[in-house]
Amino acid sequence: MANIAVCVLGSLGYDRAAQGAAGAGRALAESVGGELHALVIGPAENDAVAALAAVADRVVIGANEALRDYQPEQALQAAQQLHAAGGGDYVAVLLSNDTYSQEIAPRLAHRLGGSSMADAAAIRADGDHLLAQRTAYGGKAISIYRLKKQPAVVWLRARGFEPAPEQPSPGDITTVDVALDPPRIRITGRQVAAQEGVRLEDAQVIVSGGRGLGGPEPFEELRELADTIGAEQGASRAACDAGWVPPNWQVGQTGKKVAPELYIAIAISGASQHLLGMGDSKVVAAINTDADAPIFKHCSFGIVEDYKQVVPLLTEKLQSMAG
Amino acid sequence: MKLLVCLKQILDPDVPARDFQIDPAAKAARRGGANLVTNIFCENAVETALQFREAAGGDVKITALCYGESSAEDCLRKAMAMTVDEACLVERNGNTNPEAAAVGRVLAAAIRRLEQDGGPFDAVLVGRESGDWGVGQTGGLLAEELGRPALGFVESLQPGNGGVTLRRQTDVGIEVAEAEAPFLVTITNNEDNVPRIPKTRDVMMSYRKPLQKLSLADLELDSEEIRDGSSIFEVEEIFIPTDEVECELAEGDTLEERVDQLAKRIHEVVASIG
Repeated sequence: MANIAVCVLGSLGYDRAAQGAAGAGRALAESVGGELHALVIGPAENDAVAALAAVADRVVIGANEALRDYQPEQALQAAQQLHAAGGGDYVAVLLSNDTYSQEIAPRLAHRLGGSSMADAAAIRADGDHLLAQRTAYGGKAISIYRLKKQPAVVWLRARGFEPAPEQPSPGDITTVDVALDPPRIRITGRQVAAQEGVRLEDAQVIVSGGRGLGGPEPFEELRELADTIGAEQGASRAACDAGWVPPNWQVGQTGKKVAPELYIAIAISGASQHLLGMGDSKVVAAINTDADAPIFKHCSFGIVEDYKQVVPLLTEKLQSMAG
Repeated sequence: MKLLVCLKQILDPDVPARDFQIDPAAKAARRGGANLVTNIFCENAVETALQFREAAGGDVKITALCYGESSAEDCLRKAMAMTVDEACLVERNGNTNPEAAAVGRVLAAAIRRLEQDGGPFDAVLVGRESGDWGVGQTGGLLAEELGRPALGFVESLQPGNGGVTLRRQTDVGIEVAEAEAPFLVTITNNEDNVPRIPKTRDVMMSYRKPLQKLSLADLELDSEEIRDGSSIFEVEEIFIPTDEVECELAEGDTLEERVDQLAKRIHEVVASIG
Protein backbone atom coordinates (compact mmCIF):
# COMPACT_ATOMS: atom_id res chain seq x y z
CA MET A 1 0.00 0.00 0.00
CA ALA A 2 1.33 3.44 -0.86
CA ASN A 3 -0.26 5.99 1.40
CA ILE A 4 0.25 9.71 1.88
CA ALA A 5 0.32 11.46 5.26
CA VAL A 6 -0.34 15.07 6.02
CA CYS A 7 1.20 16.09 9.34
CA VAL A 8 -0.43 19.02 11.17
CA LEU A 9 -0.09 20.68 14.55
CA GLY A 10 -3.25 20.36 16.61
CA SER A 11 -2.82 23.82 18.10
CA LEU A 12 -2.94 25.45 14.65
CA GLY A 13 -6.22 23.75 13.75
CA TYR A 14 -7.47 23.07 10.24
CA ASP A 15 -6.52 26.47 8.84
CA ARG A 16 -6.15 27.41 5.17
CA ALA A 17 -2.56 26.11 5.15
CA ALA A 18 -3.57 22.71 6.58
CA GLN A 19 -6.43 22.60 4.06
CA GLY A 20 -3.96 23.18 1.22
CA ALA A 21 -1.53 20.57 2.53
CA ALA A 22 -4.39 18.07 2.79
CA GLY A 23 -5.47 19.01 -0.74
CA ALA A 24 -1.98 18.36 -2.08
CA GLY A 25 -1.97 15.10 -0.13
CA ARG A 26 -5.30 13.94 -1.55
CA ALA A 27 -4.20 14.65 -5.13
CA LEU A 28 -0.97 12.72 -4.54
CA ALA A 29 -2.82 9.83 -2.84
CA GLU A 30 -5.13 9.52 -5.84
CA SER A 31 -2.21 9.48 -8.27
CA VAL A 32 -0.46 6.65 -6.39
CA GLY A 33 -3.69 4.78 -5.56
CA GLY A 34 -3.34 5.09 -1.80
CA GLU A 35 -5.07 6.56 1.21
CA LEU A 36 -4.64 10.00 2.76
CA HIS A 37 -3.92 9.96 6.49
CA ALA A 38 -3.79 12.96 8.80
CA LEU A 39 -1.23 12.82 11.60
CA VAL A 40 -2.08 15.37 14.29
CA ILE A 41 0.60 16.49 16.75
CA GLY A 42 -1.15 17.43 19.97
CA PRO A 43 -4.78 17.92 21.02
CA ALA A 44 -6.98 19.75 18.51
CA GLU A 45 -10.41 21.38 18.71
CA ASN A 46 -13.31 19.04 17.89
CA ASP A 47 -14.28 20.93 14.75
CA ALA A 48 -10.70 20.76 13.42
CA VAL A 49 -10.63 16.98 14.00
CA ALA A 50 -14.02 16.63 12.31
CA ALA A 51 -12.84 18.70 9.36
CA LEU A 52 -9.73 16.52 8.99
CA ALA A 53 -11.79 13.32 9.23
CA ALA A 54 -14.06 14.68 6.49
CA VAL A 55 -11.17 14.88 4.02
CA ALA A 56 -8.84 12.06 5.18
CA ASP A 57 -9.26 8.29 5.19
CA ARG A 58 -7.73 8.08 8.62
CA VAL A 59 -6.83 10.54 11.39
CA VAL A 60 -4.23 9.65 14.04
CA ILE A 61 -3.97 12.07 16.93
CA GLY A 62 -1.13 12.24 19.46
CA ALA A 63 -3.33 13.78 22.13
CA ASN A 64 -0.90 14.18 25.05
CA GLU A 65 -1.69 17.38 26.92
CA ALA A 66 2.05 18.18 26.96
CA LEU A 67 1.93 18.60 23.16
CA ARG A 68 -0.51 21.51 23.42
CA ASP A 69 2.50 23.70 24.22
CA TYR A 70 4.79 23.28 21.19
CA GLN A 71 8.34 22.15 21.96
CA PRO A 72 10.39 21.15 18.90
CA GLU A 73 12.00 18.03 20.39
CA GLN A 74 8.69 16.67 21.64
CA ALA A 75 6.82 17.53 18.45
CA LEU A 76 9.44 15.55 16.54
CA GLN A 77 9.11 12.56 18.85
CA ALA A 78 5.34 12.72 18.41
CA ALA A 79 5.56 12.97 14.61
CA GLN A 80 7.84 9.95 14.46
CA GLN A 81 5.52 7.85 16.64
CA LEU A 82 2.39 9.00 14.78
CA HIS A 83 4.07 8.00 11.54
CA ALA A 84 4.50 4.48 12.92
CA ALA A 85 0.98 4.41 14.39
CA GLY A 86 -0.48 5.34 11.02
CA GLY A 87 1.15 2.32 9.39
CA GLY A 88 4.56 3.76 8.59
CA ASP A 89 4.39 2.90 4.89
CA TYR A 90 4.07 6.44 3.58
CA VAL A 91 5.34 7.58 0.19
CA ALA A 92 5.21 11.15 1.41
CA VAL A 93 4.66 13.09 4.62
CA LEU A 94 3.46 16.61 3.79
CA LEU A 95 3.55 19.60 6.13
CA SER A 96 2.36 23.21 6.00
CA ASN A 97 4.65 26.24 5.98
CA ASP A 98 4.23 27.55 9.53
CA THR A 99 7.46 28.03 11.50
CA TYR A 100 7.02 24.83 13.50
CA SER A 101 6.39 22.59 10.50
CA GLN A 102 9.36 24.13 8.71
CA GLU A 103 11.76 23.31 11.52
CA ILE A 104 10.42 19.80 12.10
CA ALA A 105 10.45 18.67 8.45
CA PRO A 106 14.16 17.97 7.76
CA ARG A 107 14.70 16.37 11.15
CA LEU A 108 11.66 14.12 10.73
CA ALA A 109 12.94 13.12 7.27
CA HIS A 110 16.28 12.16 8.80
CA ARG A 111 14.66 10.11 11.56
CA LEU A 112 12.47 8.27 9.04
CA GLY A 113 15.37 7.62 6.66
CA GLY A 114 13.63 9.62 3.94
CA SER A 115 14.22 12.64 1.71
CA SER A 116 13.52 16.18 2.82
CA MET A 117 12.46 19.19 0.78
CA ALA A 118 11.19 22.68 1.58
CA ASP A 119 8.76 25.21 0.18
CA ALA A 120 7.38 23.04 -2.62
CA ALA A 121 4.86 24.82 -4.85
CA ALA A 122 3.98 21.64 -6.76
CA ILE A 123 4.53 17.97 -6.13
CA ARG A 124 3.89 14.79 -8.11
CA ALA A 125 4.82 11.13 -8.18
CA ASP A 126 7.22 9.82 -10.83
CA GLY A 127 7.72 6.08 -10.54
CA ASP A 128 9.10 5.35 -7.08
CA HIS A 129 10.18 8.92 -6.61
CA LEU A 130 8.51 12.23 -5.94
CA LEU A 131 9.24 15.39 -7.92
CA ALA A 132 8.96 18.68 -6.04
CA GLN A 133 8.99 22.09 -7.69
CA ARG A 134 10.23 25.21 -5.92
CA THR A 135 12.15 28.39 -6.58
CA ALA A 136 15.94 28.69 -6.56
CA TYR A 137 18.50 31.50 -6.62
CA GLY A 138 16.23 33.89 -4.77
CA GLY A 139 13.36 33.46 -7.20
CA LYS A 140 15.43 33.91 -10.37
CA ALA A 141 14.93 30.27 -11.30
CA ILE A 142 12.50 27.40 -10.84
CA SER A 143 13.98 24.06 -9.87
CA ILE A 144 12.47 20.60 -9.85
CA TYR A 145 13.99 18.15 -7.40
CA ARG A 146 13.86 14.38 -7.54
CA LEU A 147 13.32 13.04 -4.03
CA LYS A 148 14.95 9.64 -3.98
CA LYS A 149 14.11 8.16 -0.61
CA GLN A 150 10.80 7.30 1.00
CA PRO A 151 9.12 8.86 2.74
CA ALA A 152 9.61 12.24 1.10
CA VAL A 153 9.05 14.68 3.97
CA VAL A 154 8.10 17.98 2.34
CA TRP A 155 6.80 21.25 3.66
CA LEU A 156 4.65 22.99 1.12
CA ARG A 157 3.75 26.50 0.13
CA ALA A 158 0.48 25.24 1.48
CA ARG A 159 -1.93 28.11 0.76
CA GLY A 160 -1.18 27.79 -2.94
CA PHE A 161 -2.89 24.37 -3.07
CA GLU A 162 -6.65 23.85 -3.39
CA PRO A 163 -8.25 22.64 -0.14
CA ALA A 164 -8.89 18.90 0.09
CA PRO A 165 -12.35 17.80 -1.05
CA GLU A 166 -14.65 16.13 1.49
CA GLN A 167 -14.95 12.36 1.13
CA PRO A 168 -18.27 10.44 0.93
CA SER A 169 -17.74 9.10 4.46
CA PRO A 170 -15.50 10.43 7.22
CA GLY A 171 -12.20 8.71 8.04
CA ASP A 172 -11.54 6.71 11.24
CA ILE A 173 -10.16 8.67 14.17
CA THR A 174 -7.53 7.03 16.40
CA THR A 175 -6.06 8.65 19.47
CA VAL A 176 -2.65 7.49 20.65
CA ASP A 177 -0.53 8.35 23.63
CA VAL A 178 3.05 9.14 22.59
CA ALA A 179 6.15 8.75 24.74
CA LEU A 180 7.88 12.09 25.33
CA ASP A 181 11.26 12.94 26.86
CA PRO A 182 11.81 16.24 28.63
CA PRO A 183 13.13 18.68 26.01
CA ARG A 184 16.71 20.00 26.24
CA ILE A 185 15.65 23.17 24.47
CA ARG A 186 12.52 24.54 26.09
CA ILE A 187 10.45 27.42 24.71
CA THR A 188 9.63 29.45 27.82
CA GLY A 189 8.00 32.57 26.45
CA ARG A 190 5.89 33.66 23.52
CA GLN A 191 5.13 37.20 22.41
CA VAL A 192 2.57 37.23 19.67
CA ALA A 193 3.07 40.39 17.65
CA ALA A 194 0.09 42.71 17.77
CA GLN A 195 -2.07 41.62 14.89
CA GLU A 196 -4.78 43.93 13.74
CA GLY A 197 -7.18 42.34 11.30
CA VAL A 198 -6.35 39.12 9.49
CA ARG A 199 -2.98 37.42 9.04
CA LEU A 200 -0.98 38.74 6.10
CA GLU A 201 -0.99 35.27 4.54
CA ASP A 202 -4.79 35.27 4.52
CA ALA A 203 -5.31 38.92 3.50
CA GLN A 204 -7.29 39.71 0.34
CA VAL A 205 -5.70 43.11 -0.21
CA ILE A 206 -2.18 44.12 0.87
CA VAL A 207 -0.50 47.53 0.76
CA SER A 208 3.28 47.07 1.03
CA GLY A 209 6.02 49.64 1.39
CA GLY A 210 9.72 49.41 0.63
CA ARG A 211 13.11 51.02 0.92
CA GLY A 212 12.01 53.98 -1.18
CA LEU A 213 9.81 55.23 1.66
CA GLY A 214 12.99 56.25 3.48
CA GLY A 215 11.74 55.85 7.05
CA PRO A 216 8.98 54.65 9.38
CA GLU A 217 6.70 57.73 9.10
CA PRO A 218 5.43 57.15 5.54
CA PHE A 219 4.00 53.80 6.68
CA GLU A 220 1.44 55.87 8.61
CA GLU A 221 0.35 57.44 5.33
CA LEU A 222 0.15 53.97 3.78
CA ARG A 223 -1.99 52.87 6.71
CA GLU A 224 -4.60 55.43 5.78
CA LEU A 225 -4.65 54.10 2.22
CA ALA A 226 -4.83 50.52 3.52
CA ASP A 227 -7.71 51.34 5.87
CA THR A 228 -9.63 52.95 3.02
CA ILE A 229 -9.65 49.77 0.93
CA GLY A 230 -9.71 47.24 3.79
CA ALA A 231 -6.12 46.16 3.22
CA GLU A 232 -3.45 44.76 5.54
CA GLN A 233 0.01 46.29 5.55
CA GLY A 234 3.21 44.56 4.45
CA ALA A 235 6.79 45.59 3.73
CA SER A 236 9.94 44.59 1.90
CA ARG A 237 12.92 43.09 3.71
CA ALA A 238 14.82 46.40 3.44
CA ALA A 239 12.09 48.22 5.37
CA CYS A 240 11.95 45.51 8.05
CA ASP A 241 15.75 45.24 8.38
CA ALA A 242 15.92 48.99 8.86
CA GLY A 243 13.53 48.59 11.80
CA TRP A 244 10.86 50.86 10.26
CA VAL A 245 8.20 48.19 10.73
CA PRO A 246 8.08 44.87 12.66
CA PRO A 247 9.79 41.80 11.10
CA ASN A 248 6.45 39.99 10.77
CA TRP A 249 5.42 42.50 8.09
CA GLN A 250 8.07 41.16 5.74
CA VAL A 251 6.89 39.74 2.43
CA GLY A 252 9.52 37.81 0.51
CA GLN A 253 11.78 34.81 0.30
CA THR A 254 12.50 34.80 4.02
CA GLY A 255 9.26 36.49 5.05
CA LYS A 256 5.61 35.82 4.37
CA LYS A 257 4.44 34.17 1.18
CA VAL A 258 1.22 35.99 0.43
CA ALA A 259 -1.52 35.36 -2.12
CA PRO A 260 -4.00 38.28 -2.05
CA GLU A 261 -6.48 39.32 -4.73
CA LEU A 262 -4.69 42.67 -4.90
CA TYR A 263 -1.12 43.55 -3.91
CA ILE A 264 -0.08 47.20 -4.02
CA ALA A 265 3.71 47.67 -4.00
CA ILE A 266 4.75 51.18 -3.02
CA ALA A 267 8.38 52.30 -3.38
CA ILE A 268 9.40 48.65 -3.76
CA SER A 269 11.81 48.02 -6.66
CA GLY A 270 10.89 44.33 -6.92
CA ALA A 271 14.07 42.39 -6.14
CA SER A 272 13.60 38.72 -6.94
CA GLN A 273 13.58 37.89 -3.20
CA HIS A 274 10.55 40.12 -2.77
CA LEU A 275 8.78 38.89 -5.90
CA LEU A 276 9.10 35.40 -4.51
CA GLY A 277 6.93 36.30 -1.54
CA MET A 278 4.18 38.02 -3.53
CA GLY A 279 4.28 35.98 -6.74
CA ASP A 280 0.95 34.27 -6.00
CA SER A 281 -0.96 37.59 -5.91
CA LYS A 282 -3.85 37.73 -8.42
CA VAL A 283 -3.43 41.42 -9.33
CA VAL A 284 -0.35 43.54 -8.59
CA ALA A 285 -0.23 47.33 -8.72
CA ALA A 286 2.96 49.37 -8.36
CA ILE A 287 3.85 52.93 -7.45
CA ASN A 288 7.51 53.72 -8.12
CA THR A 289 9.63 56.61 -9.39
CA ASP A 290 11.82 54.32 -11.49
CA ALA A 291 10.16 53.19 -14.73
CA ASP A 292 12.87 50.53 -15.11
CA ALA A 293 12.25 48.98 -11.68
CA PRO A 294 11.71 45.21 -11.99
CA ILE A 295 8.34 45.52 -10.21
CA PHE A 296 6.87 46.98 -13.41
CA LYS A 297 7.58 43.68 -15.18
CA HIS A 298 5.48 41.88 -12.59
CA CYS A 299 2.42 44.07 -12.17
CA SER A 300 -0.84 44.52 -14.05
CA PHE A 301 -0.98 48.25 -13.64
CA GLY A 302 1.00 51.02 -12.07
CA ILE A 303 2.15 54.59 -12.00
CA VAL A 304 5.64 56.02 -12.45
CA GLU A 305 5.58 58.75 -9.84
CA ASP A 306 6.82 59.64 -6.39
CA TYR A 307 4.63 57.98 -3.77
CA LYS A 308 4.57 61.28 -1.84
CA GLN A 309 2.61 62.84 -4.70
CA VAL A 310 0.41 59.82 -5.33
CA VAL A 311 -0.60 58.31 -1.99
CA PRO A 312 -2.53 61.24 -0.41
CA LEU A 313 -4.41 61.92 -3.63
CA LEU A 314 -5.08 58.23 -4.21
CA THR A 315 -6.40 57.77 -0.67
CA GLU A 316 -8.70 60.75 -1.07
CA LYS A 317 -10.08 59.48 -4.41
CA LEU A 318 -10.63 55.97 -3.07
CA GLN A 319 -12.37 57.40 -0.01
CA SER A 320 -14.82 59.29 -2.18
CA MET A 321 -15.40 56.21 -4.40
CA ALA A 322 -16.10 54.08 -1.33
CA GLY A 323 -18.25 56.74 0.27
CA MET B 1 32.44 28.15 26.20
CA LYS B 2 32.93 27.15 22.59
CA LEU B 3 30.77 28.08 19.62
CA LEU B 4 30.99 26.76 16.08
CA VAL B 5 29.59 28.64 13.09
CA CYS B 6 29.05 26.89 9.74
CA LEU B 7 29.62 28.95 6.59
CA LYS B 8 28.69 28.42 2.95
CA GLN B 9 30.25 30.13 -0.03
CA ILE B 10 27.75 30.97 -2.73
CA LEU B 11 27.37 32.86 -5.99
CA ASP B 12 26.57 36.49 -5.18
CA PRO B 13 22.75 36.49 -4.94
CA ASP B 14 22.62 40.19 -5.86
CA VAL B 15 23.43 39.44 -9.50
CA PRO B 16 20.65 41.24 -11.42
CA ALA B 17 18.05 38.98 -13.00
CA ARG B 18 19.06 40.18 -16.49
CA ASP B 19 22.60 38.78 -15.99
CA PHE B 20 21.41 35.49 -14.53
CA GLN B 21 21.90 32.40 -16.70
CA ILE B 22 21.51 28.67 -16.28
CA ASP B 23 24.08 26.09 -17.37
CA PRO B 24 21.77 23.31 -18.63
CA ALA B 25 24.45 20.60 -18.45
CA ALA B 26 25.45 21.42 -14.88
CA LYS B 27 21.81 22.11 -13.88
CA ALA B 28 22.99 25.15 -11.97
CA ALA B 29 23.55 28.88 -12.41
CA ARG B 30 26.38 29.93 -14.69
CA ARG B 31 28.94 31.86 -12.70
CA GLY B 32 29.50 34.53 -15.37
CA GLY B 33 31.00 37.65 -13.86
CA ALA B 34 29.49 37.07 -10.42
CA ASN B 35 31.57 37.11 -7.26
CA LEU B 36 31.66 34.34 -4.70
CA VAL B 37 30.47 35.56 -1.31
CA THR B 38 29.62 34.19 2.11
CA ASN B 39 25.92 33.38 2.38
CA ILE B 40 24.27 36.26 4.24
CA PHE B 41 22.52 34.16 6.91
CA CYS B 42 25.92 32.54 7.67
CA GLU B 43 27.37 36.03 8.21
CA ASN B 44 24.39 36.84 10.45
CA ALA B 45 25.36 33.67 12.37
CA VAL B 46 28.96 34.87 12.74
CA GLU B 47 27.71 38.24 14.02
CA THR B 48 25.30 36.53 16.45
CA ALA B 49 28.17 34.42 17.83
CA LEU B 50 30.42 37.47 18.22
CA GLN B 51 27.67 39.34 20.09
CA PHE B 52 27.22 36.34 22.41
CA ARG B 53 30.95 36.45 23.18
CA GLU B 54 30.73 40.17 23.93
CA ALA B 55 27.68 39.69 26.18
CA ALA B 56 29.25 36.75 28.02
CA GLY B 57 32.29 38.89 28.67
CA GLY B 58 34.38 35.85 29.47
CA ASP B 59 36.19 33.09 27.76
CA VAL B 60 34.24 32.23 24.60
CA LYS B 61 36.06 30.71 21.65
CA ILE B 62 34.47 30.83 18.19
CA THR B 63 35.39 28.48 15.35
CA ALA B 64 34.21 28.83 11.75
CA LEU B 65 33.71 25.71 9.62
CA CYS B 66 33.12 25.43 5.89
CA TYR B 67 32.69 22.56 3.44
CA GLY B 68 33.64 24.03 0.09
CA GLU B 69 36.13 24.59 -2.70
CA SER B 70 39.54 26.05 -1.92
CA SER B 71 38.09 29.49 -2.80
CA ALA B 72 35.97 29.23 0.37
CA GLU B 73 39.12 30.04 2.33
CA ASP B 74 38.13 33.67 1.63
CA CYS B 75 34.90 33.23 3.63
CA LEU B 76 36.82 31.78 6.56
CA ARG B 77 39.44 34.57 6.44
CA LYS B 78 36.66 37.14 6.42
CA ALA B 79 35.03 35.47 9.44
CA MET B 80 38.38 35.61 11.26
CA ALA B 81 38.71 39.26 10.25
CA MET B 82 35.32 39.75 11.94
CA THR B 83 37.27 38.33 14.97
CA VAL B 84 36.32 34.66 14.89
CA ASP B 85 39.23 32.82 16.60
CA GLU B 86 40.00 29.95 14.25
CA ALA B 87 38.74 28.20 11.16
CA CYS B 88 38.51 24.85 9.43
CA LEU B 89 37.94 24.13 5.74
CA VAL B 90 36.82 20.70 4.58
CA GLU B 91 37.86 20.65 0.95
CA ARG B 92 35.21 19.57 -1.49
CA ASN B 93 36.02 17.66 -4.63
CA GLY B 94 33.25 16.38 -6.82
CA ASN B 95 29.70 17.65 -7.16
CA THR B 96 29.65 21.45 -6.89
CA ASN B 97 26.09 21.28 -5.57
CA PRO B 98 25.94 18.46 -3.02
CA GLU B 99 22.56 18.05 -1.33
CA ALA B 100 21.98 18.89 2.31
CA ALA B 101 22.20 15.28 3.52
CA ALA B 102 25.80 14.91 2.29
CA VAL B 103 26.74 18.35 3.61
CA GLY B 104 25.22 17.47 6.99
CA ARG B 105 27.27 14.29 7.19
CA VAL B 106 30.51 16.06 6.26
CA LEU B 107 29.93 18.91 8.73
CA ALA B 108 29.02 16.44 11.50
CA ALA B 109 32.20 14.41 10.92
CA ALA B 110 34.31 17.59 10.91
CA ILE B 111 32.65 18.81 14.12
CA ARG B 112 33.38 15.49 15.85
CA ARG B 113 36.99 15.67 14.67
CA LEU B 114 37.40 19.23 15.98
CA GLU B 115 35.77 18.19 19.28
CA GLN B 116 38.19 15.27 19.67
CA ASP B 117 41.06 17.73 19.49
CA GLY B 118 39.63 20.73 21.31
CA GLY B 119 36.62 19.70 23.42
CA PRO B 120 32.90 19.93 22.79
CA PHE B 121 31.13 22.87 21.16
CA ASP B 122 28.33 24.20 23.34
CA ALA B 123 26.46 25.60 20.37
CA VAL B 124 26.54 25.05 16.61
CA LEU B 125 25.18 27.96 14.52
CA VAL B 126 23.98 27.45 10.94
CA GLY B 127 22.37 29.98 8.57
CA ARG B 128 18.66 29.30 8.09
CA GLU B 129 19.05 28.87 4.32
CA SER B 130 21.41 29.83 1.52
CA GLY B 131 20.97 32.56 -1.05
CA ASP B 132 21.63 30.18 -3.95
CA TRP B 133 19.47 27.05 -3.75
CA GLY B 134 17.80 28.10 -0.53
CA VAL B 135 16.53 24.63 0.39
CA GLY B 136 17.17 25.34 4.07
CA GLN B 137 17.61 21.71 5.19
CA THR B 138 21.27 21.63 6.29
CA GLY B 139 20.74 22.86 9.86
CA GLY B 140 18.01 20.34 10.68
CA LEU B 141 19.85 17.44 9.08
CA LEU B 142 23.10 18.37 10.85
CA ALA B 143 21.29 18.49 14.21
CA GLU B 144 20.11 14.93 13.60
CA GLU B 145 23.57 13.75 12.48
CA LEU B 146 24.96 15.14 15.72
CA GLY B 147 21.99 13.95 17.81
CA ARG B 148 21.58 17.40 19.35
CA PRO B 149 18.42 19.40 20.05
CA ALA B 150 17.80 22.33 17.74
CA LEU B 151 15.81 25.51 17.31
CA GLY B 152 15.22 27.32 14.02
CA PHE B 153 15.03 31.00 13.03
CA VAL B 154 17.04 32.20 16.03
CA GLU B 155 18.10 35.88 16.06
CA SER B 156 20.10 36.08 19.30
CA LEU B 157 21.94 34.02 21.90
CA GLN B 158 22.42 35.39 25.41
CA PRO B 159 24.08 33.90 28.48
CA GLY B 160 21.24 32.44 30.56
CA ASN B 161 20.65 30.69 33.86
CA GLY B 162 23.13 27.85 33.59
CA GLY B 163 22.48 27.63 29.87
CA VAL B 164 21.87 29.86 26.89
CA THR B 165 18.78 31.98 26.29
CA LEU B 166 17.63 31.95 22.69
CA ARG B 167 15.33 34.42 21.01
CA ARG B 168 13.72 33.43 17.75
CA GLN B 169 11.26 34.66 15.13
CA THR B 170 8.10 32.75 14.33
CA ASP B 171 5.41 33.56 11.81
CA VAL B 172 3.31 35.12 14.55
CA GLY B 173 5.90 36.83 16.75
CA ILE B 174 8.85 36.10 19.01
CA GLU B 175 9.68 33.09 21.17
CA VAL B 176 12.23 32.83 23.96
CA ALA B 177 13.82 29.47 24.81
CA GLU B 178 16.31 28.06 27.29
CA ALA B 179 18.88 25.64 25.87
CA GLU B 180 21.22 23.20 27.59
CA ALA B 181 24.52 22.64 25.78
CA PRO B 182 25.21 21.08 23.41
CA PHE B 183 22.61 22.30 20.91
CA LEU B 184 22.21 23.65 17.38
CA VAL B 185 20.43 26.73 16.10
CA THR B 186 19.65 28.04 12.64
CA ILE B 187 20.10 31.79 12.43
CA THR B 188 17.88 34.33 10.73
CA ASN B 189 18.46 38.03 10.29
CA ASN B 190 17.12 40.97 12.25
CA GLU B 191 18.21 44.58 12.65
CA ASP B 192 20.65 43.65 15.44
CA ASN B 193 22.76 40.94 13.76
CA VAL B 194 23.81 42.80 10.61
CA PRO B 195 27.37 41.54 9.96
CA ARG B 196 30.07 43.97 11.12
CA ILE B 197 32.63 45.37 8.68
CA PRO B 198 36.09 44.03 9.63
CA LYS B 199 38.66 46.60 10.80
CA THR B 200 41.81 46.87 8.70
CA ARG B 201 43.95 45.69 11.60
CA ASP B 202 41.73 42.64 12.10
CA VAL B 203 41.92 41.82 8.40
CA MET B 204 45.72 41.70 8.71
CA MET B 205 45.50 39.68 11.92
CA SER B 206 43.20 37.13 10.27
CA TYR B 207 46.14 35.82 8.26
CA ARG B 208 47.93 34.91 11.49
CA LYS B 209 45.00 32.93 12.85
CA PRO B 210 44.92 29.14 12.44
CA LEU B 211 43.08 27.73 9.42
CA GLN B 212 43.01 23.96 9.44
CA LYS B 213 42.34 22.06 6.21
CA LEU B 214 40.78 18.63 6.15
CA SER B 215 39.99 16.36 3.23
CA LEU B 216 37.08 13.93 2.96
CA ALA B 217 39.70 11.16 3.32
CA ASP B 218 40.85 12.70 6.64
CA LEU B 219 37.25 12.35 7.83
CA GLU B 220 36.94 8.82 6.41
CA LEU B 221 34.15 10.03 4.17
CA ASP B 222 35.80 9.72 0.77
CA SER B 223 32.94 7.71 -0.72
CA GLU B 224 31.16 8.13 -4.03
CA GLU B 225 27.93 8.83 -2.16
CA ILE B 226 29.43 11.81 -0.33
CA ARG B 227 31.42 13.14 -3.31
CA ASP B 228 28.37 12.85 -5.55
CA GLY B 229 26.10 14.28 -2.85
CA SER B 230 22.76 13.10 -4.20
CA SER B 231 21.58 10.38 -1.85
CA ILE B 232 18.24 11.91 -0.86
CA PHE B 233 17.56 14.43 -3.61
CA GLU B 234 19.01 15.84 -6.81
CA VAL B 235 18.13 18.58 -9.27
CA GLU B 236 16.02 17.11 -12.06
CA GLU B 237 15.49 20.35 -13.93
CA ILE B 238 16.13 24.06 -13.54
CA PHE B 239 14.88 26.90 -15.70
CA ILE B 240 14.29 30.64 -15.68
CA PRO B 241 10.57 31.46 -15.50
CA THR B 242 9.17 33.74 -18.19
CA ASP B 243 6.01 34.95 -16.52
CA GLU B 244 6.55 38.66 -17.02
CA VAL B 245 3.30 40.49 -17.56
CA GLU B 246 2.49 43.61 -19.50
CA CYS B 247 2.13 46.49 -17.08
CA GLU B 248 -0.45 49.11 -17.93
CA LEU B 249 0.96 52.44 -16.80
CA ALA B 250 -1.37 55.25 -15.82
CA GLU B 251 -1.38 57.91 -18.52
CA GLY B 252 -2.63 61.46 -18.65
CA ASP B 253 -1.39 65.02 -18.86
CA THR B 254 -1.72 65.81 -15.20
CA LEU B 255 -0.90 63.96 -12.01
CA GLU B 256 -4.56 64.27 -11.10
CA GLU B 257 -5.61 62.35 -14.22
CA ARG B 258 -3.00 59.65 -13.75
CA VAL B 259 -3.85 59.07 -10.09
CA ASP B 260 -7.53 59.03 -11.00
CA GLN B 261 -6.88 56.18 -13.44
CA LEU B 262 -4.96 54.29 -10.80
CA ALA B 263 -7.71 54.83 -8.23
CA LYS B 264 -10.34 53.50 -10.64
CA ARG B 265 -8.35 50.33 -11.32
CA ILE B 266 -7.79 49.70 -7.61
CA HIS B 267 -11.46 50.41 -6.83
CA GLU B 268 -12.52 47.94 -9.56
CA VAL B 269 -10.45 45.10 -8.07
CA VAL B 270 -11.45 45.86 -4.48
CA ALA B 271 -15.14 46.07 -5.43
CA SER B 272 -14.93 42.70 -7.22
CA ILE B 273 -13.79 41.02 -3.99
CA GLY B 274 -17.02 42.14 -2.36
